[in-house]
Amino acid sequence: MFRRFDEAAGPIVEIVVDDRRIEARLGENLAAALLAAEIEPFRTTPVSGAARMPYCMMGVCFDCLAIVDGVPNRQTCLETVRAGMVVERQNGARAPGPQNGGE
Amino acid sequence: MSEPDYMIVGGGIVGAAIAYGLARSGERVALLDEGDVAFRAARGNFGNVWVQGKGATCPAYADLTRGAANDWAEFAEDLSTETGIDLHFRRPGAAYICFSPEDLAKRVAVLEQSNANARIKSAFEALDLADLRQRLPDVGPEVAGGTFCPDDGTANPLLLLRALIKAAKDLGARYLPHHGVTSVARDGAGYAAETTAGVVRAGRLVLAAGLGNARLAPMVGLDGPVRPVRGQIMVTEKVRSFLACGTNFIRQTLEGGCIFGESVEEVGLDDGTSLPVLRDTAQKAVAAFPLLRDVRVVRAWGALRIMTPDGVPVYQASPDGSAFVVCVHSGVTLAPFHARGFVDNLISGSLPPDRFSAFSPERFHVQTV
Repeated sequence: MFRRFDEAAGPIVEIVVDDRRIEARLGENLAAALLAAEIEPFRTTPVSGAARMPYCMMGVCFDCLAIVDGVPNRQTCLETVRAGMVVERQNGARAPGPQNGGE
Repeated sequence: MSEPDYMIVGGGIVGAAIAYGLARSGERVALLDEGDVAFRAARGNFGNVWVQGKGATCPAYADLTRGAANDWAEFAEDLSTETGIDLHFRRPGAAYICFSPEDLAKRVAVLEQSNANARIKSAFEALDLADLRQRLPDVGPEVAGGTFCPDDGTANPLLLLRALIKAAKDLGARYLPHHGVTSVARDGAGYAAETTAGVVRAGRLVLAAGLGNARLAPMVGLDGPVRPVRGQIMVTEKVRSFLACGTNFIRQTLEGGCIFGESVEEVGLDDGTSLPVLRDTAQKAVAAFPLLRDVRVVRAWGALRIMTPDGVPVYQASPDGSAFVVCVHSGVTLAPFHARGFVDNLISGSLPPDRFSAFSPERFHVQTV
C-alpha cells in the first residue's frame, strides 16, 4: 500500500521486527519503514486492546508506539532507522519492570 | 427563571456533590463554577477514598470519614446508574508504606489511637516487609513494612466530578460555569452573589469554594479558615497492573498509569512544580517499587490542597440556618456524606451539635478570659 517516493534513498539495511528481518533505508523514518513493510497493526492499546496504526506521523498522536531496542512506548514516527535496530510490537500495556526482549 | 432555593459557590467535587444531593431531594439549585481557570483540587488530586489514620486526634472526623467510606460503594452504584458513568471505584484496601521500623511503630500508634476513640471501628494490620510483600510483591528492599487497612479505596476524581455535575443537571440543577464569584451578601430574605457573569440570587447559600472560602465566608459572617498546601504529583505511562491495592503515595489507575506524590509545601497560590521535589518524589517511588525505575513519567503537576489549621474539616451554619460553609480537603472520600447526610442537615437548616460541634470553626477562637 505504501511506496517510497525515492527507492534509491539511503543504503539498504536490515532491521528486525518481531523476529522477522525486513529491509529499510538507513536514516529513514522508522514508522514509514514499518508501513512500507506492511506491518499491521503496530500495536494494541493498553486499556481496550484495540489495534492501532500511525495516525499523525509527526509525534503528536502516540498511536505508532512500539518497543524499540528494548525500550517500550517509543514513538516510531520520531525514530530514525539504524542498521540492526530491533523493533517489537507492543500488545496491551507494557510491563512495569525491565524489558527482557519484549512480551 | 425562578429564583433557586440554593446557590452553591464552587463547582468542584464538594460543591457538585452537595448540588447533586439537594437536587435529588427536590430542591432547586444553582451551582456556580469559576471555570477551568480555578485552582481545581478536584482535578489535581489522587482519587483516594482514604480512611486509615484520618481523625487520629479528632474522633468525630474519624467517624465522618469511616461512615462516608462505608457508604461509597452504594453511592457509586447509584451515581453510575443515574449517569451511565463508571467512577472506577474499587475498595481493595491500601497500604501505608514505611521506610524504617521507627516509622512503622509510629504509624501503628497513630492507627491505634484513631481506633481507640472512634465509634466506627476500622481494622488494620501491621506488616513487616515479608508480610507486606504478600500483598504487594514488588515492594523494594528499602521498605521496612507498612500498615494495611481494608477500608481504603480509590475512585477516578475526574469521572466523579463529571458524574456529579451531570447527575445534578439531569435532576434539574442549573450548572453555571464561568461564574467566578467576586462577592456574596445578604439580599432581602436570601442571598446575592456578584459573579463574573452577573448577579445570581437564591434563598440559601452554600460556600464550597475551596480556597475561595477564606475570602467569601467573612462576607456573610462565616469563617473560612483555609490555606493552600501544595502537593506535586507525577503520572507514568500505562503499564500492566502490578499494584493490587493502593498505597499512601502511589496508586495505579485502572488504565495502568501510576500516580504518585505526597509532597507538602507552603507556597501560597503557586500551583507549579519544582525539580527538587519531583526528583525526591520519583526517587521515593522507585525506592518503594524498584520496577518503576525505567517507566517514564508522562506528566507532572502541582495542586493546592484546601487545608484548615488542624487538618479537620470545617462545617458551619449561620445562626438562622440560611448560609453554610464547607471546608474539607477530602472531597472524594466525603462525597457520599456531602450528597446525602449533609444535604438533610442543609434542608433542616441546622448542623446538630452532637455531630458537628467538632467541626465548628469556633475551635480556632479559643480565648482566655
